[in-house]
Amino acid sequence: MSAITHHTPDAMLAAYAAGNLPHAFAVAVASHVSLCTQCRVALEAHQSVGGAILEETGAVAVSSNLKDDILAQLDAPFTPEPVYDRKGIYPGPVMEAMKGRAPRWKKLGLGVRQDILSEDANGSVRLLYIPPGQAVPDHSHSGLELTLVLQGSFSDATGRFGVGDIEIADEDLEHTPVADEGDACICLAATDARLRFRGLMPRLLQPVFRI
Amino acid sequence: MIAVRDNRDRTAFAALFDHFAPRLKGFIIRSGASAPQAEEIVQDVMLTIWRKAAMFDPHRAQVSAWIYQIARNRQIDIARKENRPVPEELREEPGAEPDASQILGLEQEAGQLRQALAKLKPEQREIIEQAYLGELTHQEISTRTGLPLGTIKSRIRLGLDRLRHELKDLKQ
Repeated sequence: MSAITHHTPDAMLAAYAAGNLPHAFAVAVASHVSLCTQCRVALEAHQSVGGAILEETGAVAVSSNLKDDILAQLDAPFTPEPVYDRKGIYPGPVMEAMKGRAPRWKKLGLGVRQDILSEDANGSVRLLYIPPGQAVPDHSHSGLELTLVLQGSFSDATGRFGVGDIEIADEDLEHTPVADEGDACICLAATDARLRFRGLMPRLLQPVFRI
Repeated sequence: MIAVRDNRDRTAFAALFDHFAPRLKGFIIRSGASAPQAEEIVQDVMLTIWRKAAMFDPHRAQVSAWIYQIARNRQIDIARKENRPVPEELREEPGAEPDASQILGLEQEAGQLRQALAKLKPEQREIIEQAYLGELTHQEISTRTGLPLGTIKSRIRLGLDRLRHELKDLKQ
């Protein structure tokens, strides 16, 4: 794997640690951190600051029976949450978003395919498959879009993005990502949909591409 | 915490409860929960600590940092009734010897971090606290916490550089 050169912005890592990123972005950031040592370290730094704040927070007495209640439950059976491991190019959080299955590609035309992993009022997460040399269909998004490369690479006006790189594109960025030659480019794209009904173009395109 | 992890030591867990449960309750109330809700979340967090103790790695996190993340995750999972996406866990090499200097280094830096926090002006401190209580969006964090956050994080840079090397070794 070539070195990762496009990282998650620090403020986004802080918001992720604090749990204040939209779910779609949290999937993208957790996936990037799974691939990127530098951002994992930066995230752990934010956890340290959070821990220091927790230590310094004014204590509030807990009910007298809380400790005994908890101690009594230590041996209670519980079902651990399933842990999704990395599978091929897909990091654990992507596997979790797919609930452990393989991608179910749907054709978008020109060889481009997508698999929508989740979509609701707060955002969408999808996988995109772009053949070499092919441009991503114009999806002038409003709001923010995070794109994490899982295979191959793409380039746009802001640079080249290879495996593990994450692009943060806001609505001001007029970008037409084009997959580079070589392997097909597979990426995870996350949007926050809060602003998606603002522009006319996205509204018209949504029924067609659901993007 | 190590005794809880390695020996499933209930007395050590009770001591961990005595230290963290009241702080967690205060912390969770500060982030907007009622007192009864906060106690429910404290209970959930403490049980999660017990059940996930095997994941705790003193080379990479202070106990407070680890518990902070569990507390934020559980509070949000409970509120949204969904599981937050979390990064893949890095697992320690089985049988790896603890590296006392790394653990000590992290502890010292946690101390420096607390001192740096204590030196902030009250309004700066307030903003940093809001950020880590999940009250600021990433845009707000980026525009409002810049300088104080940089100051605080500069106190842990040395440890982070060390950590980066360790993690690289672990991944290869």
